[in-house]
Amino acid sequence: METTSAKPSLFVETPTARRRPRWLRSDMAIAVLVISPSIFAVAVFIYSFIVWSFFISGTKWNSAIVDLTWVGLDNWLNMLTTDRFQTDVRNLVLYAAGFMSQCIILGFLLAVLIDQKIKGEALFRTIFIFPFAVSGIVTGVVWRWLMRPESGINLIFQSVGLDFLKSPWYTDADWGILAVSVAGAWQFSGYVMALYLAGLRGISMDIREAALIDGCNTFTLYRRVIIPLLTPVTFTAVVLTGMGSIRVFDLPAVIGTGAAFGTDALAFFMFSLTFTSQRYALGATIACVMMIFSALLVVPYLRSTRREAEQ
Amino acid sequence: METPRLTNRRDFLRLAALGSATAFLAAACAPAVSTTPAAAPTTAPAAAAPKPTTAPAAAAQPTTAPAAAAPGATPTPIGGGKFSAPPVTAPAEYKPATGKLEIFSWWTSGGETEALDYLYADYKVLNPQVEVINSAMTGGTASGGNMKAVLQTRMLGGDAPESFQIHLGHELIDNHVIAGRMEPLDELYASEGWNKVFPKGLIDIASYQGHPWSVPVNIHRANVLWYNKKMFSDVGVTDAPKTWDEFFVIGDKLKAKGLPLIGVAESGPGFWAHVTETILISTLGADAYRGLFTGATKWDDKRVTDALNTSAKALDYANKDFTSVSWGDINDLVVGGKVATIIQGDWTPGVLWSKGFNDFGWAPAPGNAGIYDMLSDSFGLPKGVKNRDAAVNWLKVCGSKHGQEGFNFYKGSIPARTDADFGKYTDYHKSASKDWQSNQLVPSIVHGAAAKDSFNVDYQTAINVLATKKDVAAAQSALVKAAKDADFKA
Repeated sequence: METTSAKPSLFVETPTARRRPRWLRSDMAIAVLVISPSIFAVAVFIYSFIVWSFFISGTKWNSAIVDLTWVGLDNWLNMLTTDRFQTDVRNLVLYAAGFMSQCIILGFLLAVLIDQKIKGEALFRTIFIFPFAVSGIVTGVVWRWLMRPESGINLIFQSVGLDFLKSPWYTDADWGILAVSVAGAWQFSGYVMALYLAGLRGISMDIREAALIDGCNTFTLYRRVIIPLLTPVTFTAVVLTGMGSIRVFDLPAVIGTGAAFGTDALAFFMFSLTFTSQRYALGATIACVMMIFSALLVVPYLRSTRREAEQ
Repeated sequence: METPRLTNRRDFLRLAALGSATAFLAAACAPAVSTTPAAAPTTAPAAAAPKPTTAPAAAAQPTTAPAAAAPGATPTPIGGGKFSAPPVTAPAEYKPATGKLEIFSWWTSGGETEALDYLYADYKVLNPQVEVINSAMTGGTASGGNMKAVLQTRMLGGDAPESFQIHLGHELIDNHVIAGRMEPLDELYASEGWNKVFPKGLIDIASYQGHPWSVPVNIHRANVLWYNKKMFSDVGVTDAPKTWDEFFVIGDKLKAKGLPLIGVAESGPGFWAHVTETILISTLGADAYRGLFTGATKWDDKRVTDALNTSAKALDYANKDFTSVSWGDINDLVVGGKVATIIQGDWTPGVLWSKGFNDFGWAPAPGNAGIYDMLSDSFGLPKGVKNRDAAVNWLKVCGSKHGQEGFNFYKGSIPARTDADFGKYTDYHKSASKDWQSNQLVPSIVHGAAAKDSFNVDYQTAINVLATKKDVAAAQSALVKAAKDADFKA
């Protein structure tokens, strides 16, 4: 009846009584107890609310009076045929393409430059990562002024004689969102740079020296050796910037939804529907759409890291 | 080798610490920029903030004392001068309240803050024990309206402020009354004698199912044309245009000089929707326009098409960067002589006066003569507020003769009470009051009087897209769909 385990136990083993099930004994019990508040919180505040949002998106609650009659996919169909939603999805694709490419390319270039054993490396690191500490609202306000067509950067171009570089920036109905992605990338590139810097530091000098001995120049070194070795970092950066693109809210809120919603985003549309128009079911629909996009991005990533861990 | 490096780093750290301490002290000792009135602590981004371009997110006009600072202080003079009246006296059997009073509003601009401060001053005289919390939030009422979003959260969470500014009519009724979150004000209307001093038409708009739900503090007119007199006289124009065709003729003259005729601030929906509202009034006339919200006039009517065509055409005369301008900036453009006119409500003179600008004229918007496009700011009583006595006393101040006379002087609007004394008011007020009594009254869409918020947003969205895409047919079908969603019935 006594356990023959050599591991010290926190509970005194009773000589009588039946064996307590393993999960209730000793440190397992304490572990479960300690984790249970977090499990409870996550279960209620995250998963239950996600399920609740999906439920609301199938109801008729589109006014101040709570009306939970089930209407199935009506709100989803309504949303898919709404112009502003289609514009927002298009904006998402463009913003994601612009934001992700700028962040990753700029972040990588900056990391490579800082990795060159320069003096004042810590200073440059701080300067480049500093925008990340600025709030999204401040970023949006400053870039809004900088990118105003009648004032701002266009005036600099004009005074230097580079008139052809002047552009409508975010006031353009079709491509304005790319200007917004510039503001976002300015803020986030430093963070991606930090990721790449950590990755580069993890590549030992031996590999680089071996490659140089084998006769490749710097460009090939990077292309064939270093960048492939940094694939995990790139993968992480893609997921982070992708998630950031799906969730962007501060920038369209401050820069404005622009010409014909050219700089609108899903999150802002959701806010507008829920709190201004009181169309809670439609707002929930957009929330679920964003959830699905995020899942499409994150689930493959999780599966691949799991596979790696198992290997 | 180690020691010199260590010294370097230590010295560097010392220098850095000294440098940042100096910077901090310099920033702390720098002359304080005039701060915003107590913006709400909750996040709500300053979307389309109606602020001058000089300062980041929400700095009030330089001449204004911060509204939160001293609710009992005398407001600074603007416009036609300073409003002076004998101090308010408490009526018989008045019970002063204690505790806290939290008031939500979006009054953070020039003219608005002075007006609100005047009411706070009256309230403090009558209720000296109450701590007044001014939760004014910038963003106005456009789709990005922050105050309404924050208010929604508070109301849904059961933590309503003692009172909040809301437009009289459907904006209040469809947002909070039908959800059962407001108390009816029949008793207050009777005990304060408001049933006799508010025009019946106004009480009807305030009512739902036979009970009034809020107290109107003012009447604003939305369909007014404000013009820079100098810019007009420079092209030989002395009188305001009476029709949109005449307006475009003036526009052509200004175009020849490279100047925009009309200032537009459409960085988000709302501004152009407001102007289009006046165009709708001009093509439909008062009765047919009112019919739009009862189902009597259909939104696919030919006259609506005409109005949308005029709306698209008018944008040719607007400032080129209108998709990056917000409401706060547009008044500066008028003052600075960059645009000749704007079509906005009569909250405009308060802002212009607070910038020290007096050389402007006004007229009904083209085609709007004899019609008063009205909206009204009002305050209601949420159910279950923490300090009901203080809230009721606030409503009494809002509806009082003394309160309304001072408030409207600064705001540019006219009192809702018919017994108000106009002796001290500016010429604009006096002419507006005459129009209020004689014109046909129509409710404003954009400002919550005509229809519920979801229709308002749909309408603003359709017009915002029209402003850029100029596709009249698409805009009209969007409006027809919106009308169907809103289910207009008589």
